[in-house]
Amino acid sequence: MQQAFISSTLAGFTRVLGRALTAEHIARQRGLLQSLDPRARLAGILVLVLAVTLAHRLAAIAALLILAVALALLSRVSLATLARRVWLVVLAFTGVIALPALFLTPGNPLIIAGRTSAITDGGLHTALRLIMRVETAVTLTTVLVLCTPWPHVLKALRAFRVPREVVMMLAMAHRYIFLLVETANQMFEARQSRTVGTLTGAARRQVAARTAGVLMSKSMGLSEEVFLAMQSRGYRGEVRIIDEFRMRSRDVAFLCVAVASAAVAAWLGW
Amino acid sequence: MHIPDGYLSPSTCAVLYGGAAAGWYVSLRRIKRVLMTRVVPLISVFAAFSFVVMMFNLPLPGGTTGHALGVAIAAIVLGPSGAVLALSLALAIQALFFGDGGISTLGANCFNMAIVGSLVAYGTYRLLASGAALDSRRRVLAAAIAGYLAANASALVAAVEFGVQPMFFHDAAGAPLYAPYPLRIAVPAMMIGHLTFAGIAEAVVSAGLVAYLQVADPGLLRRTAGPAIAGELPALVQRRSLRRLWISVAVLLLLTPLGVLAAGKAWGEWAPRDFAKPAGRQQIAAASRNAPAPAVAPSGLQRLASLWTAPFPAYAPSFVRSPSLGYLLSAMFGVGFVLLVSLTLQTFLRGREPAHSVD
Repeated sequence: MQQAFISSTLAGFTRVLGRALTAEHIARQRGLLQSLDPRARLAGILVLVLAVTLAHRLAAIAALLILAVALALLSRVSLATLARRVWLVVLAFTGVIALPALFLTPGNPLIIAGRTSAITDGGLHTALRLIMRVETAVTLTTVLVLCTPWPHVLKALRAFRVPREVVMMLAMAHRYIFLLVETANQMFEARQSRTVGTLTGAARRQVAARTAGVLMSKSMGLSEEVFLAMQSRGYRGEVRIIDEFRMRSRDVAFLCVAVASAAVAAWLGW
Repeated sequence: MHIPDGYLSPSTCAVLYGGAAAGWYVSLRRIKRVLMTRVVPLISVFAAFSFVVMMFNLPLPGGTTGHALGVAIAAIVLGPSGAVLALSLALAIQALFFGDGGISTLGANCFNMAIVGSLVAYGTYRLLASGAALDSRRRVLAAAIAGYLAANASALVAAVEFGVQPMFFHDAAGAPLYAPYPLRIAVPAMMIGHLTFAGIAEAVVSAGLVAYLQVADPGLLRRTAGPAIAGELPALVQRRSLRRLWISVAVLLLLTPLGVLAAGKAWGEWAPRDFAKPAGRQQIAAASRNAPAPAVAPSGLQRLASLWTAPFPAYAPSFVRSPSLGYLLSAMFGVGFVLLVSLTLQTFLRGREPAHSVD
């Protein structure tokens, strides 16, 4: 029990690795989003997220949520995955944040709760709008994240004029996250296996800080090795990335549908 | 503190993307100048490290646990530019690969945590640890305070972003369209958690890591320890930045005669005699939206005006006839005086620094 912080950190690592594996599995399925050019995929979803933030009417946001769920189902993302990864998490987090707004937002009282407070129509509207907006936007981005392998995200970013160096750093950072998660996992497991008895609070903090310190020293050493490896292969600070894109008619069609849906939802929902 | 999509209006997101983009641009340019070809591997691996450290469950005083951003330790080891880039990359991967934190709010999250957090942490650490040896306890304390302040500054900026939403974005009935609480609710609600838990988690990880590095890997603390402690900067960088500084000073010196083109006087820079002359009174009135100037100079101004007489009144020594030459001479004298004061101060401060060696 005293080493709960080690167990919960290990559980966190497992969760991250599990989520990455799920995303990889879904990204390999034959679905709608998976079959599209990454640029069309990213641009289309971003336009829809923009429409969600622009739309003010609940009906328009609900229509976009239905569209997001349809996209998810067509891309082989199950409702159970969405419920577990998005809807329940957002409801728990945003729901708590939105709860006081039911009472604090001015409006006509709908339900009297106690002597001085009441749920107002304005409050209900505000809370519902916030929860639905966040649910819809996070559903869209989660579907994008689940259906897009990391190299595709990077290629799409290049199309949006993100500098080559930044794209390369994102690619390398992503690669080394898994190595460092694995390293930290082993260090915590080793620590857990040789810790008996009760650690004081200060000793537990020392364990966490020293593990982070060792991980940092290893990371800096690793960056030096990576640099030497890059240099030995001819790296002189110039970043070259293979950009091979091919927009097909179905990509253009998806982009048009996304832009049209977003425009209609934003226009009618204003 | 990761703001998800849907909490901020599109215009707020756009403004914060702009702010973050400016920070990324400046950071990338600055760090490339110092690290040259090492930037890509160093920042990439450090971003991966920051990502993993954010997942550590830290035991806090009182028996609870919390997560830290690792912003202060990034600023201490890499400096502000490296920290901005490494944390922004970690946040981008969280948003784009793991779906944590929004895509439309990625600019806001990077601005709050990577930019504001790194700058506050770096400034605090440099200020508090100035002149301290690499193995000094003061550095540990400085890191703790830097972490605590950085986490709270990031939270405060995020709270202000939340709090301004209902002011600017509401429907016809006045109901908020995005984050629903005004500043008087958003700021305390956000800060209570950060002043108590998140700030302490950041302080614990920053202080613990600096204490560990002091023993195990002090070289990593050298980059931000200041030239006196860490040894001089690479000569190339120093020469380049000094050359650029001197060129800028020379250009500014040459541009000083531009002052003769200005008509009239700057608002508020009047002498008591200007109130007595009709032309002067007319200028004062014209510069003050036609509000008539008082008939006599205010008594306070008259009394204080005689306290100090400038050696070069109106930027021209009495023996110089040409105003342009006067401006140039004044500028040269001013720059020389500032340099003299700076060099004297530098000599004085160097003499007071501890003479111990580090390593």
